[in-house]
Parts: sequence; structure tokens; C-alpha cells
Amino acid sequence: MTEHIVSPKIYLAIFATLMAGTGITVWAAFQNFGKFNIVIALAIATIKATLVVLYFMHARYSPKRTQLVIVCSVFWLAIMLSLTLADYNTRRHEGRLASATTCYRA
Amino acid sequence: MSNTPPTLVRELPHKHYLNATYGAGLRSWLLTTDHKRIALLYLASVTVFFFIGGVLATMIRIHLLTPGGALVTPETYNKLFTMHGVAMIFFFLIPSIPAVFGNFLIPLMIGAKDLAFPKINLLSWYIYVIGGCFVLYSFGTGGLDTGWTFYTPLSSVYSNSAVTPAVLGIFINGFSSILTGLNFIVTIHTMRAPGMTWFRMPLFVWAHYATSLVMILGTPVVAITLLLAGLERMFHLGFFNPALGGDPILFQHLFWFYSHPAVYIMILPAMGVISEIIPTFARKPIFGYAFIAGSSIAIAVIGFLVWAHHMFVTGESTYAALTFSFLSYLVAIPSAVKVFNWTSTLYKGSISWDPPMIYALGFIGLFVIGGLTGLFLACLGLDIHIHDTYFVVAHFHYIMVGGAVMGYVGGLHFWWPKITGRLYPRSLSRFAAVVLFIGFNLTFFPQFILGYLGMPRRYHTYPPEFQVLNVLSTAGASILALGYLLPMSYLTWSMRYGRVAGPNPWPATGLEWKTDSPPLTENFEVTPVVTWEPYDFKNRPDLGLGTGTPSPAPAHGDD
Repeated sequence: MTEHIVSPKIYLAIFATLMAGTGITVWAAFQNFGKFNIVIALAIATIKATLVVLYFMHARYSPKRTQLVIVCSVFWLAIMLSLTLADYNTRRHEGRLASATTCYRA
Repeated sequence: MSNTPPTLVRELPHKHYLNATYGAGLRSWLLTTDHKRIALLYLASVTVFFFIGGVLATMIRIHLLTPGGALVTPETYNKLFTMHGVAMIFFFLIPSIPAVFGNFLIPLMIGAKDLAFPKINLLSWYIYVIGGCFVLYSFGTGGLDTGWTFYTPLSSVYSNSAVTPAVLGIFINGFSSILTGLNFIVTIHTMRAPGMTWFRMPLFVWAHYATSLVMILGTPVVAITLLLAGLERMFHLGFFNPALGGDPILFQHLFWFYSHPAVYIMILPAMGVISEIIPTFARKPIFGYAFIAGSSIAIAVIGFLVWAHHMFVTGESTYAALTFSFLSYLVAIPSAVKVFNWTSTLYKGSISWDPPMIYALGFIGLFVIGGLTGLFLACLGLDIHIHDTYFVVAHFHYIMVGGAVMGYVGGLHFWWPKITGRLYPRSLSRFAAVVLFIGFNLTFFPQFILGYLGMPRRYHTYPPEFQVLNVLSTAGASILALGYLLPMSYLTWSMRYGRVAGPNPWPATGLEWKTDSPPLTENFEVTPVVTWEPYDFKNRPDLGLGTGTPSPAPAHGDD
């Protein structure tokens, strides 16, 4: 399998983008976007992580099977997060079930 | 079925992996990259942890002989069951079949010379040993009293025992598991011999492929989770401690995201072992090959969706509990597919009662009981009654000991002739299998009743009316111990004095039986070309079956 050579220009461009992302993260941390604070921080972090995986880890130039493995692992992370949040996000509805689950909680 | 005494005196091959000339003595073992030798390094190390866990279990059972506790203080009792769980789960059950038999057999079964990354394979063993040393250090310097589940904030704040080295040890050991899984997946994808298509692979290999997926996808989560608990303990960072802004239930979610699938890391390889033994001793192609292969993958995938059934009474929302209860029932389907296919394979088979077969049949019975009682626990209403009782203890021991350890010991008997080149005494080994089965049931069946009657797990005392069942359980544990000591004794004896087995003593159909016993370092002199379907006894004249001539090497004809 031949190794793909990435030009220094691309590496520098990605590095600059990552630094800019860090700058935006720091700037955003001092602003108040209400409940979007966490959304913005995570969105920037996700974009930066994606760039690292695609270019620094060469995922963009890897065989399809390697890319499938990466997508699967992200999917598994999504399973972990979504099913965990299925617990946290439904606790506020508990009151409606209170009478039916008195015994359950006792 | 009685076998005719052999007329042929066999000898071990002159050159094999055990007497290969590279290096000398201990050095040739500690620096080996041969998957078979690394498997034996693992065999020795997991046996050490099995002994440690076994001694701790024995002390627990002796303590519970009397209602007030006969042996140790309450604090020490907490440490006994915690250290028993940690030693057995993280350092025996999880690595046992994959790291010993998976390492030894996967390259042989698919016709490869070694695993894809031999040096990483050796590295995984060293990581296991380093992780093990951390945990043993924890055991020796104050012990561990949090339960093997390390629930926070007990583990991260309140426990006075040596939690930090233990969680570091398990964190380190996780990398061993990840590297083993990675090695297996790459090997199975890229190193199959010509003609060894995916659907010609032995089901043992399919089971290990599924297991490897769980190892790679799950282990990082538990490793990081335990590290976070350690960081909270050492540096008071708030992850799980409510006083520091953390959430204790989050620990349970993250812990069980791995630790429930970890049950499938233990049982799937054992199922792979059973899928090899059953057709061999029923002399029949396995029933429903594709379904058994697919059910391994299904168990690995669905196994990731059920974790919060461990948390029905620890504060998760009722909606989530309902979802996880439903998903937990689903995992019974692929498990049942396997059991029905194994029993269908037995139907009209030409069954011989060789020792591995007795272990395999024992596995099926015990796994069925363990699996069905798992459905009781997945039921939301019933789980309220039996949560954290001895019912749970009995259930998971039926899966992990009745299932995984029976599979391990059965596999040991099945492949011992391949590993060492020698056979063990047949009658004694059949007797040991029966002793193990009886001892196991006597130990753990009373615990179902105890749990249903309300005896909580992890308590060092109990009301006097529970004593009869506890005494029965302890008596069973003594028989069970004999059931383990017997194979250890005669298998060790056989390494020197056992009759030479020949390449294929049973005979079985896998590629591993087409090379010498013990095999060459390179496994095969010539890369094999596979032209037959799996478990096909009819079109394999090389097995010496179905032609009216006796098997070339009847197993165990000498006693």
C-alpha cells in the first residue's frame, strides 16, 4: 500500500485553522450565549477533532475500510451518549409517573 | 463407546514450537513473538489470577458457613469479595479464552503463520503483567473494598482501601485487551489462507471476531472511567462526586457501557469453543452455521444497548429503565439461536462421550439456566425484588463460571493434545467434568433460592434460617474446587507422561488439526489451501471416517 504524502502547505493550513479554532473557543468562552455556550464550544471542538483525524491522522487518504472503522466508532460513541441522555432527559417527566411508580421507588 | 487400543506407538514431532532453537531458556519465552508461546505465557498468568480469585472465593464461602460469619471481620469480608471479583473478572475471565486459545488457535484455524502484529501481541502480555502487578500491589497494601464495580463516590471519596493502584492497574490492563482485539480483527481480515472464505471460517474465529469488536469499542470507556474515578480520588476533580458538581449515576452509565458488554467478552469465546466441540463429538456438520456466526455479531452489537439494566433501582429514569428492559430481552434471541442450533446438531449425531463433549454439554445446561434467569432480572418489576440479592450472584456465576469457565476448561481438554502433543487420562477427566458440574450446581443453585428469599449480596452476616442453603453452597464449593484441582493435576502430569496424541486425535475438521501436535513455530510447512466447507466430515477422507476403517488415532484408548 503506497503512503499518501501530504504537502507541508496543507499541514500548515490545518495547523492555522486549529489555532484559529482555539482563538475562537477562548473568545466564545468570554461571551454569554445562554444555553448555546456549550453547543458552540462543542461544535468548534468537533470541527477541530475532525480536521485532526482527516489530515493529521490521514483518514482522508485511507482505504474505505479504515474510514468505515472510524465512522463506526463515532456511531458507537453516539449510542453511548444518546442512551445515557435517554436517562437524563426523561427524568423531568418522572412526576407524571409518580403515582404509578410509588412502589418502584420505595 | 469404547475405543480400540492403539497399535501404533507415536512420537512427538522432532521440531515444534516448544523446542524451537531460537534463544535459550527463559529468554526464548520472554522475548518470543510466536503466538503459541505467548498464549502459553497468558495461560500461566491467568492461572495465577484464577488461583488468587479461587482462594478468595474459598475464604468467602468458609466465612458464610455460619450466620454470624466464621472467619473474618466485616471490613475484611468487603475486601474478600471485591478482590475476588477484580481478580476473576479483569485478570482471569476477560483474557482467559481470547488471550490463551484465541492467540494459540486463530492463526492455526485460518491457515496463517502468526497474528498480524506479533510484537504487539507480546506487548499486550507485558501490559497485562504490569496491570496485574498494580492490582496485586493494591491487594497487598490495604486491599480493596469497593466491590468490583468501583461505584462512586465510595471508590472516589470514602473508601480507605488501596483504590488508586487498583484502578490504575485495570486502566493499564485495558490496553492489553484492546491490542489483543485489534490483532485478532486485522489477522482475520487480512491473513486467511487461500480458500478460507468468511463462511468457511470456524465458528470459534467468528466468536473471537465479535469479541474483538467489543474489546475495541468498549474497553477504552471503562479504562477512562476508572481513570476519572482515580483522578477524582487523587486530585478532587469533580466528575462523579455530587459535592464537587459531579454525578454518581454518570459513573454507573459509563462503567456499565463497558462492563455489561464485558460479559460477552467472557461468554462469546466460550460459545466459540462449544461450537467447535459439539460437531466434533457429534460427528456432524454444525446445524445453522450462518445463524451461529451471525448471532455472535448480533450478541456483540445488542450487548452494547442493554447496560442500564444494572441500574433499575439506582436512580435512572423510569422511561430509560423501560427502554433498557426491552432491549435486554432482545439479547436473548441470538443467545437462544446458538443453544437451539447446538442441540439440533446433537440430534441424530453419532455422539461420543469424550471429556470435551461432557464439558460442552455441561455448558449448554448451565448457560440455559444462567441465560433464562437473566430474563428474570431484565424484567423491571421482578428486578425490584431480587436486585442486589444472591439471585443476581447465582445468575452471573451460571453465566461466567457455568458458561465461560466450563467453556475454558472444555477448550483446554479439547486443544490440550494440540498444545502439548499429549493426551490426558480419559476416565479421570470424564470424572472431573462430572465433579465440576455437580460441584458448580451445588454451589450456586442454593443461591438462587437465597436471593429469592431476600438474602442481599455483599453482606457478611445473614439470618439463621438461611444457614442450610449457605452450608450447601459452601459444600458445593469444596466439590467445585476438587473439580478444578483434578484437571490442573492430570493436565500437568500429562505434559510429561501423557500418551502422544498425533496430529488429530478426535478427529476434528479444523485446519489446526492438519498440522503436527505440537505445531511447528511457523504452524504449517506449506500454506494450506482450503477446499472444503466447515465441519464437513463426509468429504474429508483424510479424517479416516466413514470408510469402514478405524480412526487413525483413537483418543484415550489406554485406560
